[in-house]
Amino acid sequence: MGLLRRIRTAGRVAEPAPPRPDEQVPQKARQLAGSAQVRCVDAGSCNGCEIEIAAAFNPVYDAERYGARLVASPRHADVALVTGPVTRNMAEPLRRTVAAMGEPRLVVAVGDCAIDCGEFAGGHGVEGAVADVVPVDLTVPGCPPEPAAIVAALRRVTGR
Amino acid sequence: MNAIGYVAVAGQVMAVVIGAPLLTGWMRQVRARLEGRAGPGPLQPWRDVRKLLRKEPITPVGTGPAFRAAPALLVATTVVAAALVPLLSTDTPVSAHADLIVVVALIALGTLALALAGLDTGTAFGGMGASREMTVASLVEPTLLLSVFALSIPAGTTNIPAIVSSAAHAPARLASPAGLLAIAALAVAILAETGRIPVDNPSTHLELTMIHEAMVLEYAGPDLALVELGAQMRLTLLLGLLSSLFAPWGIATSASWAALAVALALLAAKVLLLGAVLAAAEVFWAKVRLFRVPELLAGSFLLALLAVTASYFLNGAA
Repeated sequence: MGLLRRIRTAGRVAEPAPPRPDEQVPQKARQLAGSAQVRCVDAGSCNGCEIEIAAAFNPVYDAERYGARLVASPRHADVALVTGPVTRNMAEPLRRTVAAMGEPRLVVAVGDCAIDCGEFAGGHGVEGAVADVVPVDLTVPGCPPEPAAIVAALRRVTGR
Repeated sequence: MNAIGYVAVAGQVMAVVIGAPLLTGWMRQVRARLEGRAGPGPLQPWRDVRKLLRKEPITPVGTGPAFRAAPALLVATTVVAAALVPLLSTDTPVSAHADLIVVVALIALGTLALALAGLDTGTAFGGMGASREMTVASLVEPTLLLSVFALSIPAGTTNIPAIVSSAAHAPARLASPAGLLAIAALAVAILAETGRIPVDNPSTHLELTMIHEAMVLEYAGPDLALVELGAQMRLTLLLGLLSSLFAPWGIATSASWAALAVALALLAAKVLLLGAVLAAAEVFWAKVRLFRVPELLAGSFLLALLAVTASYFLNGAA
């Protein structure tokens, strides 16, 4: 009963949808037509970006309303959200994860570390940025990027 | 008369195939609203299926015929069961073959095909999911059978259309202790069979807690579309069966176009209502621990057994 009252008083917590981002939709994303299953790969991140990704799928930002959904297997996924500089131990798992995804597939590099190694550039355990290991289709800059920026990138993929 | 019967069978199959993704989308939307989300809209599962059908098919290295045949077998068994079960009409050309045991066996065959596919992938999670699914299935199938037996005793037959049409003519029978016990038992069995909370969580990402999802981790593209469609169709079919058995009002018992149209509208209303109740209940429930699942299912089996006993003795006295 307590939960029922909370549901009634909270009502809708999702923020109103911002206007659709006007950047170009990647060619491969057109074939997805409003549905994108997302697999997260932590390639060596400090987990700051993971917190923001989790926030992007919470009821406030609600990335699911644009047709993006987190899935448990790269075989089910269309989009890989890769965070962090790619460490030596994660380079091969990252390659295999992307190879396990069926075409059309997109790789989104989330956060400054994924784009250019950020804070960790030149570290002895760092293999390189995500683009040095797998081809990247979209980038989300920021350290960490705001959930709204992650949602905007996912909306460019789903086109909604 | 025959034409109407064939249209009724085709209508049942089409209602389950087309309605299944819509039901899933509707349930996700109800759940999203209760969680304060905006939700992707009830058409999202259809978008997912369309996208998956366009994707590249992948056959993982080392998988064999069991892996390849399972998605088609899952959908095919569900389609046959949807043709047999009296969702719209009890008077169809195939209703003489719609035996309870056949329908439960068809559902079990789909479960078995998917479990074999999970084993065939050779991955740790596939095998684990298959073993869990068979554990749950071995407890659920007897409950499905027994709870419908409780209704078949007063009807004097195990033919499902005959059970439904006799219940439609004597609705007081459904409010008897036997009927109420059978409803509770069948509802729990359906929750377990379709992998919903509290037995399994269909939206989990944690492999260690998965049952159904763990078996299908290796599917991709069109195969995954079939597996998802099959799972959604089973949910629609079983909710439809539940509503046919316990709320048989409106199901066409004679061959007439008007009765068929009314039956279709009422079937949609009943299944959508059941789906909304299930989605709302899932917001309030948590998944039970895996080791507690057999206790839950043994409880539902006990209810079904009591329903059969009550049905036998109370009817014998009357």
